[in-house]
Amino acid sequence: MPSNAPSPHHTGDDRLLEIRDLKIEGQTDGIWQPIIHGIDLDLNRGEILGLIGESGAGKSTVGLAAMGYVKPGMRFTGGSVNFDGRDLLSMPDKDQRRYRGKRIAYVAQSGQASFNPGYRLIEQTVEAALVHSVLPRDQAIARAIDLYGKLSLPEPEIIGFRYPHQVSGGQLQRAMTAMAMECQPDLIVFDEPTTALDVTTQVNVLASIRDIVQEFNTAAIYITHDLAVVAQLADRIKVLRYGREVEDAETQRMLSDPQEDYTKSLWAVRNITRTERSSDDIQLSVKNVSASYGKTVKVLKDIDIDIPKGRTVAVVGESGSGKSTLARSIIGLLPPDNGEVLFQGDALPPSIGARSKDLLRRIQLIYQSPDTALNPRQSVGEAIGRPLEFYLGLKGRAREARVAELLNLIELDESFAYRLPGELSGGQKQRICIARALAANPDLIICDEVTSALDQIVQEEILNLLIRLQEELGITYVFITHDIAVVRAIADEVIVMQMGKVVEKGSRSAVLDNPQSPYTQLLLSAVPKMDPGWLDQVLAERSK
Amino acid sequence: MRTAASVPVTAWIGFVVIAIYLFAAIFAPLLAPYGEAELVGRPFQPWGDEFRLGTDQLGRDLLSRLIYGARNTIGIAALTTMLSFFIGVSLGLLAVVRGGLFDHILSRASDVLMSIPQLIFALLLLSAFGATAVNLILILAIIDSTRVFRLARATAISVVAMDYYEAARIRGEGVVWMMRREILPNILPPLIAEVGLRFCFVFLAISGLSFLGVGIQPPTADWGSMVRESATLISYGNIMPLLPAAAIAILTIAVNFVADWFLNQTSGLRDAK
Amino acid sequence: MRNSLIFSVARLIAVRLIFGCLALFLVSMLIFMAIELLPGDFAEAVLGRSATPETVDALRRQMGLDQPAIVRYFSWIGGAIQGDFGVSMSGFGSDTRQVADMIGPRLFNTVFLAIMAAICAVPVALSMGVLTALWRNSVFDRVASVATLIAISLPEFFVAYLLSYFIISKDMFAQSQMGLLLPDFVSQGFGWLLQLVPSFPTLAIIDDAPFWEQVWRLSLPAITLTLVSVAHMMRMTRAVLISLLSSPYIEMARLKGLSPMRVILHHALRNAWAPIATVVAFNLAYLIAGVVVVEVVFVYPGIGQLMVDAVKTRDIPVVQACALIFAAAYIVLNLIADLVAIISNPRLLYPR
Repeated sequence: MPSNAPSPHHTGDDRLLEIRDLKIEGQTDGIWQPIIHGIDLDLNRGEILGLIGESGAGKSTVGLAAMGYVKPGMRFTGGSVNFDGRDLLSMPDKDQRRYRGKRIAYVAQSGQASFNPGYRLIEQTVEAALVHSVLPRDQAIARAIDLYGKLSLPEPEIIGFRYPHQVSGGQLQRAMTAMAMECQPDLIVFDEPTTALDVTTQVNVLASIRDIVQEFNTAAIYITHDLAVVAQLADRIKVLRYGREVEDAETQRMLSDPQEDYTKSLWAVRNITRTERSSDDIQLSVKNVSASYGKTVKVLKDIDIDIPKGRTVAVVGESGSGKSTLARSIIGLLPPDNGEVLFQGDALPPSIGARSKDLLRRIQLIYQSPDTALNPRQSVGEAIGRPLEFYLGLKGRAREARVAELLNLIELDESFAYRLPGELSGGQKQRICIARALAANPDLIICDEVTSALDQIVQEEILNLLIRLQEELGITYVFITHDIAVVRAIADEVIVMQMGKVVEKGSRSAVLDNPQSPYTQLLLSAVPKMDPGWLDQVLAERSK
Repeated sequence: MRTAASVPVTAWIGFVVIAIYLFAAIFAPLLAPYGEAELVGRPFQPWGDEFRLGTDQLGRDLLSRLIYGARNTIGIAALTTMLSFFIGVSLGLLAVVRGGLFDHILSRASDVLMSIPQLIFALLLLSAFGATAVNLILILAIIDSTRVFRLARATAISVVAMDYYEAARIRGEGVVWMMRREILPNILPPLIAEVGLRFCFVFLAISGLSFLGVGIQPPTADWGSMVRESATLISYGNIMPLLPAAAIAILTIAVNFVADWFLNQTSGLRDAK
Repeated sequence: MRNSLIFSVARLIAVRLIFGCLALFLVSMLIFMAIELLPGDFAEAVLGRSATPETVDALRRQMGLDQPAIVRYFSWIGGAIQGDFGVSMSGFGSDTRQVADMIGPRLFNTVFLAIMAAICAVPVALSMGVLTALWRNSVFDRVASVATLIAISLPEFFVAYLLSYFIISKDMFAQSQMGLLLPDFVSQGFGWLLQLVPSFPTLAIIDDAPFWEQVWRLSLPAITLTLVSVAHMMRMTRAVLISLLSSPYIEMARLKGLSPMRVILHHALRNAWAPIATVVAFNLAYLIAGVVVVEVVFVYPGIGQLMVDAVKTRDIPVVQACALIFAAAYIVLNLIADLVAIISNPRLLYPR
């Protein structure tokens, strides 16, 4: 046993899970490459371990390995997974299956995908108990209903008889937790169980998970990329990066006194501070705009906002609030039913086809996912060069020179012009998208969740880049996001949307520090804070 | 890019066989000992030094006819496949880019065309227009282009759902740019694999129709009709009809081997992303 | 709640039925129009240049060509619905033959053969498809993959003649033309193997023989059709299951500790019925086309052979009738697949 293995609670027979020197390889293009480079992990009975890291850190792989399982296309190449004294990796599949579902259970990220669409929830909840002969059918159903109640699902007696598609996302996550609890396992692996949920839903699901795990004294591995979320549940936190352990410490210590620079960078976005500015020079104003998909679904209701020139306006809301639809209406993809959009005082034609090339040039859009925003078959030079040629008529040498200039502006080397998007990292691709927007010399850039698909440290870099570009070029940003931390970092003004309506607008300090509308207050209170006591505090305040 | 070593044996066999067939097709006049429709001996002469594979029911050299058959059958099938792709891909992309009613009408039209089994449809049209080589090519190309249309449209739709496509729309790009620069390069790999599969289908269909006597007409040497002409010999334990049939089967197997490998590879690349 | 369920199912099925009828209607128009597109005068084209003006006129009148196309279409389709497909042109002059009378018995023969092939092919293909998906990338899967790839490449007539050849030469394979080509021990061994194969009849004659005798006579054409369609169906079943097996809910089922068999049969298959039904419908339609060639090879008096003969003699009413029947079979098969998809999908049965 390696001497550096951290084991804060180590008390001999209390130990439930011991992973030693775990190594896993994955297959890409027919070649096996290491993904997990020797990880140790210890877990006592009733203990909750937070497993945290960014995409590609291998946290889900480690979580599944705790069940003796690897995804197809991966394989164990070394180490051991000792569960309650027996090595899961060295036993035959048949014996492994006796542990899975019965003594170690799993809760996945998306209930929509992880529940079989063909069976009712209750069938799936009791399945493991029946297959492993834990309970007879009637008792299994009774326990499932009891668990539904404990996890505060509405109408616990009835809800199990629905099909997955008839139940909301938050309810599915609760039902999946009930499914994991059915056999009263010793260990549950939670793999980002609240990541796909809106913040206001996340709080309640989080509270339900915490309560039930405590009630049954179940040990848990809680996987997430959000340190603030895991701080509410975990006794101990382990940080992973590139398949290696970075740091492992008790939750309090990890938050108050992180040892590694990488750990500190996990809340990098929260370090950006920018003074708020105001302006009376209006660049774009949306006047009483309503819009709908098809003829029936109204997604924007009477939106009335002003965007000041050279400033950053953040549009905040949860999924379904209409914030992205607002962007589509401004850009001309979804002509409004009524109302109009004024650009520098003149009405914008409602659809793209009706706008002049010059108008199209002046308003640019940057997307959330840089992976899908760049044509994989066009080189970076072509991607950035096309708007130069299309809008400004630059060709040949002049075009090449300008591409190089733009690459420098976004802090990339000129040689990037010859690369294809597939060869770039997520952050680099997003920089290329920014350069493509800048190539048009726009007055206004709409940023649609531009940092949501990126890791924290990359988010910080991109936000700083955008701030710098605004200072140098005086471009106006409309920043669409669901992430309050990003709003705090970059916005001058904030617009809060809910169900297609603007519920609050004003300067950043006014909206974030002194919210007036109940929805804004709810939204802000639901954002997890880097404080283990936050969840209790919120719940206590709500129950008042 | 992968190295040649990772290409499976089956695909290698496929490449070699295709090369041999193409060689035979291109250099047919040099390779064949006799002419395509030349009467050189008595009917049904046995295998021997004079006629390596014997003669057919009219006394033509079977080996020569097999070699010329490569030229005719493969040539017509390749021409049909190319035409079918030209029609199918351009309409498919246009349908997706234009969208709306245009797309709707084209899609429904192809649905209706596809709800008649292809061979039956071909028989119907051939009976109306007469069985000439040109008709055969046009009819099969049009029937087959519905499948290409559907594939091109389906793959193009996944491109249209991408943000980069929308970005080009917002930029104000025209239809031609959208089709040629944004969509086509991204759907090329599955389309190329489909060329192999469609060729196999067309090739089998032409051979089948010729076998039935409504495809390529005599005296043109063609494998399908050669099977039909000598079919009765099978009841005397003679393998003559099996030779042209085997020629068809072996080429189709080879093309399928290559197309299957290519298909696996392109879908593998898609999975990796 | 039960009532609303029945109502919504009925509504979905009604919609599909209407679409099916619409498709059939459009297809019948297409079949009719294809003949209208015939270059030049239809009657002249059929009778050839040597025909006298009188005979051409007579034919025109007999076929109602003096009437507008729309009238002819509706009288044709109206008759077809009642089983009257008009008069064949093969017996023009003295004795006229009703198309329906020509088709009737042959249609029965074809359906008999197709059903026999389907009964053999569908269970084999589905179970092999499930097994290859279950043992993905195993030796069995790889061998099956190459074998099916070869099988789908073979023209039906090649399979048919090869089988006939083996049956015909089975007693003297070692001395036959092909047997002499191969090394002695191979041809002897093969000849010995062939001895074990029953002597299937190589011509599929239909008469008043008892049922099992008829089945016996049809075994060779049925085997040919089975070989050709099993490969396609198996590959597609495998593809459907493998794409389902990559869904997160399958991973969840594995993580519940279920056995691989239960994962496939209980979790994957539950959602595979709709795509599998489509696969089966598609391949049975493929079988329909295969029937044409196989009937010709085995000189089997079915509708496929009738159609080929009609195409050669340009007996247009017969061609139209056969095409309509084949297309209708295809549309009905797809309709059944659609219905299976509806009743196996809770999303459609239980809306939110």
